[in-house]
Amino acid sequence: MTVTTIGEAHVHIDAEGFLTNYDEWNADIARGLAAAIGIELTDAHWKVLKFLREDYAEQGETATLRRVSTRAGIPVKELFALFPGKPAKKMAYIAGLPKPVGCV
Amino acid sequence: MQRLLVLGGGTAGTMVVNKLHRKLDPSRWQITVIDADDKHLYQPGFLFIPFGTYQVAQVVKPRRRFLPSGVELVFGEIDVVDPNACQVRLCDGRTLGYDHLIIATGTTPRPDQTPGMLGPQWRRSIFDFYTLDGAQALANALAGFDGGAMVVQVVDMPIKCPVAPLEFTFLAEAYFRRRGMRDRVELTYVTPLPGAFTKPIASAHLGSMLDERKIALEPDFMVERINPETRTLISYDEREIPFDLLVTVPLNMGADYIARSGLGDELNYVPVDKHTLLSKAYSNIFAIGDANNIPTSKAGSVAHFEVDVFARNFCEHAAGQPMSGRFDGHAQCFIESGDGRGMLIDFNYDTEPLAGSYPVPGVGPFGLLRESVPNHWGKLAFRWVYWHALLPGRPLPLPAHLSMVGKHRPPTTSQSAPMQE
Repeated sequence: MTVTTIGEAHVHIDAEGFLTNYDEWNADIARGLAAAIGIELTDAHWKVLKFLREDYAEQGETATLRRVSTRAGIPVKELFALFPGKPAKKMAYIAGLPKPVGCV
Repeated sequence: MQRLLVLGGGTAGTMVVNKLHRKLDPSRWQITVIDADDKHLYQPGFLFIPFGTYQVAQVVKPRRRFLPSGVELVFGEIDVVDPNACQVRLCDGRTLGYDHLIIATGTTPRPDQTPGMLGPQWRRSIFDFYTLDGAQALANALAGFDGGAMVVQVVDMPIKCPVAPLEFTFLAEAYFRRRGMRDRVELTYVTPLPGAFTKPIASAHLGSMLDERKIALEPDFMVERINPETRTLISYDEREIPFDLLVTVPLNMGADYIARSGLGDELNYVPVDKHTLLSKAYSNIFAIGDANNIPTSKAGSVAHFEVDVFARNFCEHAAGQPMSGRFDGHAQCFIESGDGRGMLIDFNYDTEPLAGSYPVPGVGPFGLLRESVPNHWGKLAFRWVYWHALLPGRPLPLPAHLSMVGKHRPPTTSQSAPMQE
């Protein structure tokens, strides 16, 4: 585990750059993480991030695309548009959550 | 009298009943199993049906035969569980009360969840092999296939037996070679995962096995729909893969009554503690086997290792004591690789599949994460072990928890690329 600087903040990250401490995340850090992978956050992005953060606090694990689509009512197609390429991974990264483990 | 109700008489349900029946005093416990029918399916055998290696009679037997006498078997479709009233209602109106409930109704492929899958091409050019009739229909289709684009595709994770789609692909490749038509078949493996398999070391190994066999890999492919007219898979990010023959693994979901009862997550799996399998919401409900949401493979081997730990835990829990056993997510899978050879992988929550030998270090007879003939015979012998030792709950000389003995961790564990790249 290493410490990196995003904007003004020092945060702990894993080998792939995912934040490892739920409480070190804030909106500025999210904007910094998003910028690092070429995404500018809009209201639509924030709706996803807000759901992911709340759901993680309740469930203890990062929501899958299917869970975001059924529980937050945001279609998978839209998630691909908002977070192109690898939406599940990118959403978790910006939300300061672990990579989803849906794959075992 | 304590009433224990077990929903589902499949692999997990049958094993747990056989274990608990021996541990629980019959004068104080009444055990009832509910299932829709009397057909116990040996699901690992479905893989061999499309290639004519197994016949139906080898993979279907009556459920009743594998349950101890003294255990009641009720046939019926479950309508809903009322966890507050501790009752299960069947679709025909019958109601069964319980003191303890074990949910073991597994997971089921749901072709209805992908638009265009169930349509004019279903079982014409689109097949599944995780159902008995699907595997039989595919056997006919393969026998009549004279070449073209064959695509093997996984809709989403988790699926039961996550190695089976790869095994099917390896077996199909060997099958076309044996029939002298390999050069007329273009094979593609399509997966929502970033590589051939879930865990990095196994994924790299299995990926190079696809490569050696000239099977194209299409990773990160989340299917949105199928166009049955053009026979094309279409992803959410608008990639298209045409096929002449599609072998799909539809979305897997837990039973619908779990959703109706408010007991499931978005895929109808019951959220449980991953070490004890106790429901997170109700202290007298457990979910075992494929029906729960624990982060390991959905597989018979997992159910087997779970039940070893669970049976004693259940007795402690029912007696009001803390549960002393902790399940570690142990899974073990034989992987057929074609031409009479196979591989074995052994892993749990914390340790990914590694190379080595099993169960005796340096000797085997089974090789971990490498192809060998004994692994293939192990897989075939497993059918006998399943019917005669596993289901009846006879002790197998294999520990429930994963052991690192005989496993080698490579000096540098491969890591996925950082997000920024």
